[in-house]
Amino acid sequence: MDIIEAKEVSFEYVRRDEEGNVEGTTRAVDHVSLDIRQGEFIAILGHNGSGKSTLAKHMNAILCPTEGTVWVDGKDTRQESEIWNIRQSAGMVFQNPDNQIIGQVVEEDVGFGPENMGVPTEEIWERVEESLKAVGMYQYRKHSPNKLSGGQKQRVSIAGVLAMHPKCIVLDEPTAMLDPNGRREVIRAVRALNQVEGVTVILITHYMEEIIHADRVFVMDQGHIAMEGTPREIFSQVERLKALRLDVPQVTLLAYELQKSGIPLPDGILTREEFVEEVGKLLGK
Amino acid sequence: MLRDITLGQYYQTDSVIHRLDPRVKLGGTLLYMISLFLFENIWGHLLAALFLAAVIRISRVPFRFMVRGMKTILFLILITVTFNLFLTPGEALVTVWKLTITREGVRMAVFMVIRLTLLIIGSSVMTLTTTPNNLTDGLEKMLGPLKLLKVPVHEVAMMMSIALRFIPILLEETDKIMKAQMARGADFDTGNLIQRAKALVPLLVPLFISAFRRANDLAMAMEARCYRGGEGRTKMKPLIYRRCDYIAYLVILAYLVCKVLAGVLL
Repeated sequence: MDIIEAKEVSFEYVRRDEEGNVEGTTRAVDHVSLDIRQGEFIAILGHNGSGKSTLAKHMNAILCPTEGTVWVDGKDTRQESEIWNIRQSAGMVFQNPDNQIIGQVVEEDVGFGPENMGVPTEEIWERVEESLKAVGMYQYRKHSPNKLSGGQKQRVSIAGVLAMHPKCIVLDEPTAMLDPNGRREVIRAVRALNQVEGVTVILITHYMEEIIHADRVFVMDQGHIAMEGTPREIFSQVERLKALRLDVPQVTLLAYELQKSGIPLPDGILTREEFVEEVGKLLGK
Repeated sequence: MLRDITLGQYYQTDSVIHRLDPRVKLGGTLLYMISLFLFENIWGHLLAALFLAAVIRISRVPFRFMVRGMKTILFLILITVTFNLFLTPGEALVTVWKLTITREGVRMAVFMVIRLTLLIIGSSVMTLTTTPNNLTDGLEKMLGPLKLLKVPVHEVAMMMSIALRFIPILLEETDKIMKAQMARGADFDTGNLIQRAKALVPLLVPLFISAFRRANDLAMAMEARCYRGGEGRTKMKPLIYRRCDYIAYLVILAYLVCKVLAGVLL
């Protein structure tokens, strides 16, 4: 079943001058159609201003499409009466961890979503415990969020969404403000959610290394979906990615360059291990 | 310099005082404050000081955290002392030019210092042992009846708790902007008052812009997590009086009785 379905979705930002008169519109998302099935790990890729964040905000009814329709779990996002059900089934994690943590103590923050939904007190505690355990932050439950590292804060944010028992989680560049260690922590937690808990994950990012575990990848450019496919299919088109101003992981680039100079390596090598293995095979011959 | 503000800074440890219901602590602090102004005799103040010392001891918060909050109001205390010293009419002790220090003035000044000190430390004990969220929960519940008069109690409580959460973040940001401006030659420490105030403009403008941006982000994050006001909201930590809360009320009551007795008898 499709958890998220978008049909011919367009969104326009209205530009206004200083007096508030309409100057013109900017089309951030332009006739995008996609469908995401329950349990998938989806990555949406694109450079700044490609419309990926705007698209993400449609997935839990923060924005409503100017044209077209978005269905989340079978519900139309323009329906005012369904808005809270939609936000419950599609949780969202934002870029800046400081600006999305409301609680003064980790566990209070994780409990914020369930409190809003009117979950009974004992169940809130159960949910907080299981969500914090799922992201590996249970031992920090009594800490103040201000004393955590960026990666830890972002994991708390993920737990906060998880406690609402969503069917899918949309992560809008969750790692953009983190150091490499924090980035790894967060991605590991997200993958575990997808594989162990079976939560549908939609990861929006511009870091290529983060998408290699995705089931499907959408590459966005100027509001359109420019490419779609498995990570391997995407990464085998190095020239195309370069044209879209996206960086290819080092290993993939190295393999591509070697291939171009005549060494028979397969297309779309994603990880260092894979590369070592392939080169080993060649040398062993 | 910016880190000296302890108000709203929770000191994390586990003690009986920490676990008390915030309503007890709020009510207790209020009663304690009133008790400080009830009578004017040294034994009563001694009792108040002893009571506070005992509470601090039980709370396991290091004493230096309480004193840190004092620094910010040192100026206020100095002004009060000066006014009381010179402007209280009575029996003259020392006369310099037109200023006279009276016996009553000295007495008043000393009492004022004691009162203010106990007052500030007393309220610091409350803020240091209660998470701001807990505190606003307590306020929300205590002021709950005002909802009938259409006072937006929940909204105000929510705003307070958000403001408190962002104080350390904005302080850190101020520090960062200050360093960035200093690296470009800004001077915050010299010059007269007006020059210094002017130097703060390049600090405040970016700070405000960033605060608005944060507010915008936070509002979106809250909505994404289904926040829609106080209606139909449940509590993760509902406030329920337990035995130790009743005992605490009794202790406060006992203290008040002693204080009144000390005031009347001595």
